[in-house]
Amino acid sequence: MTATAPMDKAMPLAKPRLSHTASFWSVFGVVLALLIVAPLVLPEFWGGFLTEILIWGLLAMSSDLLIGYTGMVSFGHSAFFGLGMYGAAGALLIVKPANLWLAIVFGLAAAAGAALFVAYFSTRLRDIYFAITTLIFSQIFYVIIFTWTAVTGGENGLIFSRPHLSIPFIYSAPFTPYTMHWFVLAVVTASYLILRRITQSPFGMVLQSIRENEFRTRAIGYPVQRYKIVSVMLSGLFAGLAGVLYAIQKEYAAPDFVYFLTSGETVIYNILGGVGTLVGPIVGAGFFQLARQFLSQYFGDQFPYLIPLGIFFIVMVIFLPQGLLGFARRWLNR
Amino acid sequence: MSAVAVDIRTEGVSAEPLVRVEDVHTYYGKSHILHGVSLTVAPGEVVGLLGRNGVGKSTTLKTIMGLVQPSRGAVVLAGRPITGLPPHKLARLGIGYVPEDRRIFRLLTVMENLRTGLDRNGINDDRRRALLDKVFTYFPVLAERRNQPGGTLSGGEQQMLAIARAMMLEPKIILLDEPTEGLMPRMVSQISKIVEVLHNEGVAILLVEQNVPLTLAASQRVYIMEKGTVRHHCAASDLSVHDPIIKQYLGI
Amino acid sequence: MGVAGQIFGAIPIDLIIIQTVNGIVTGMILALVASGLTLIFGIMDVVNFAHGELFMFGAYMGVLVFAATGNFWLALIAAALIIAVFGAVLQVVTLRPLIGRDPLNTILATFGISLVLQNYALWQFGPVARRIPEPLNLYFNMFYLQYPWYRILIAVLSAAIIGAFWLFLKHSKFGVWIRATTQDRVMAQAMGIPVPLVYTGVFALGAGMAAASGVLFAPLTGVSHTMGLDWVLKAFIVVVLGGMGNLGGSVVAAIFISLLESYASIVVDPSEAVIVSFVVLILTLLFRPTGLFATPK
Repeated sequence: MTATAPMDKAMPLAKPRLSHTASFWSVFGVVLALLIVAPLVLPEFWGGFLTEILIWGLLAMSSDLLIGYTGMVSFGHSAFFGLGMYGAAGALLIVKPANLWLAIVFGLAAAAGAALFVAYFSTRLRDIYFAITTLIFSQIFYVIIFTWTAVTGGENGLIFSRPHLSIPFIYSAPFTPYTMHWFVLAVVTASYLILRRITQSPFGMVLQSIRENEFRTRAIGYPVQRYKIVSVMLSGLFAGLAGVLYAIQKEYAAPDFVYFLTSGETVIYNILGGVGTLVGPIVGAGFFQLARQFLSQYFGDQFPYLIPLGIFFIVMVIFLPQGLLGFARRWLNR
Repeated sequence: MSAVAVDIRTEGVSAEPLVRVEDVHTYYGKSHILHGVSLTVAPGEVVGLLGRNGVGKSTTLKTIMGLVQPSRGAVVLAGRPITGLPPHKLARLGIGYVPEDRRIFRLLTVMENLRTGLDRNGINDDRRRALLDKVFTYFPVLAERRNQPGGTLSGGEQQMLAIARAMMLEPKIILLDEPTEGLMPRMVSQISKIVEVLHNEGVAILLVEQNVPLTLAASQRVYIMEKGTVRHHCAASDLSVHDPIIKQYLGI
Repeated sequence: MGVAGQIFGAIPIDLIIIQTVNGIVTGMILALVASGLTLIFGIMDVVNFAHGELFMFGAYMGVLVFAATGNFWLALIAAALIIAVFGAVLQVVTLRPLIGRDPLNTILATFGISLVLQNYALWQFGPVARRIPEPLNLYFNMFYLQYPWYRILIAVLSAAIIGAFWLFLKHSKFGVWIRATTQDRVMAQAMGIPVPLVYTGVFALGAGMAAASGVLFAPLTGVSHTMGLDWVLKAFIVVVLGGMGNLGGSVVAAIFISLLESYASIVVDPSEAVIVSFVVLILTLLFRPTGLFATPK
């Protein structure tokens, strides 16, 4: 029934040819090298900007696992992101001395818990009902965080200081903008590689089969709901990881990020960049943030950048739903 | 491609046929259902379309009605190409459609069902009343149940409602898709009678059916389809129920 | 609903009655907002994320017309008409191209529209809330409260609009078209009903009703660019509880949800009371996904 929906086209099952592997990894290497070098050549503001794009990109990438590969549009990512943020905040505030890895563990645990909770209820439902339910859950978390001032700082959120970048027994020093960037880059790159491995594994193939035809996948005998739950949890984990990174970089946690609008923006990154590509959403996040930055610079801080960006998004949904990197989708997934 | 036993052009239809289907190919997704179907219906003619299940008879009707778009070929109504026009325009141009499984509006009353066809531009109250009276005369049971929801009617009554509803459009041609399916014998003969009455009024009918005797009796010409094309075409009077051709294409 | 906060040590029965009235008032407005939403979903499978913004823009239009004319009722009618037309244009430009595609495309598109509208309102009108004064400055005594007649009026008007709409659906030609298209889009077309036009019309009607609710609600709390967000979430809950496309069901569900929240506001802070609605939604989705109040069809 779809003409050009963002979620059609089955993934090829053929083994990647050697030439593809070579070309893919060379491109990957080049891009990675550029990203490593970037903060050294860019002015400090842009270096930090790039770091932040990577974090939003990670969030959007986690969402792509659901939208692009399993065919489930979720508006719940703000909850996972937010809980990752608050989990990390909790670790950094409660446990002294502040430990980076503990923050990560707390954040991931909180996000995973939320993801399990959300997954259990919402995966019973399909399509639109799933989207609405995840949205509602996002809002539930938002209300709880917003009103439970004693624990979460309520409207004002939590402020804390950045832990040291520490490798146990080897190294411990405060983050510099460079090391922050490289740390984030390392985490995002590792996440990409892991997610890529997952989507190309047999598990990933089942997810894509669910996207293509859930009914038939179930008829063949796969426990579809279980796969969906795992998919949501994985997605939630990486979203939480993004939240941890954000907390560490910005040194605060705020309820605004848990509001469903953050999920909405994430979905926008997905569509802009291209669903089902994993890197597309990172590009989408970059495009969005850059456009926003330029609009603010040329038209002033008060300029409602979301108006032209929103219109652009709508135009893309209508005319280019496969996104900016959509043309490369097959290539990226081999 | 089509073994035409009778040349359409010399059939006595000297004027442009009412409906002309020219070499139509239709797909459902990737499935190639119609492989070049051609047929005609003259004004006021009853034409039968026979064939086994799945040969594409319903798809042919749906293509004419604009419910599916052909990838190749054309449909022409009274000399005017109508391929690609949306169904609601075709209904207003004079094509009535009575689908398989009737598809009456179950939650609307009988009267409201009729209104969907009756409420159109350019029809005054007198003509509306006349149409309703006519339909209630042919189908008194509908008059009785006029305020009942369509879903509460029996199968045969729903079939009558479906036909009556199409008649509200005052169509030049009615596409009838398996009207006797699932009906009791008594209802089947009623359908026969309705087809005859419509024919007497000058309404053309393209009748898709599995019921061979009824089709042969009611039609002037028949087409027989197999695997998405027309394989045989002749006057109805040239065929009998026991004809080997019938056995070949319909396995009866 | 600020009434609840001011009351301490009250006799429960009084409080319950007051909250019941409040709940019904809010419920009727919610019903008006949700009826448009449920109809739009029922007929064309569109989850209209921008519905809350149509509500909000209706309120702003009301502010503008009221400022120009000083007449509340004129503002109400004008806002509804303007937003109805706006809704029609919106549907033709952004949603018609998406017909036939995966319905998630329309969620995305309407979400984009809601972002644009929200930010446009912020840009044009600023962050400070506007006000429309109540058209009726009469109060009556409900227990120890001066209860505004205006609130009762809102409930009555909303009921009247919904009632008029229901009659329109039942008896008018366009109403039959809408109901036929909702049941069987394909056959409706085969009967000559211009379905694309019906879609646009329904969207316009839904938008108009949302706008009217916005104007009716405006005197209660003031008009701001975010007022649509809360309402759209609640409206979604109502639509799901009442059964998608079920007008009567959504009215009942709206009152039900509002009453629940009203009563919950007695014991918890109103901003937390909203969780009650969320929980009811989730339970409904798990056990009765076709809707709590959907009439069996």
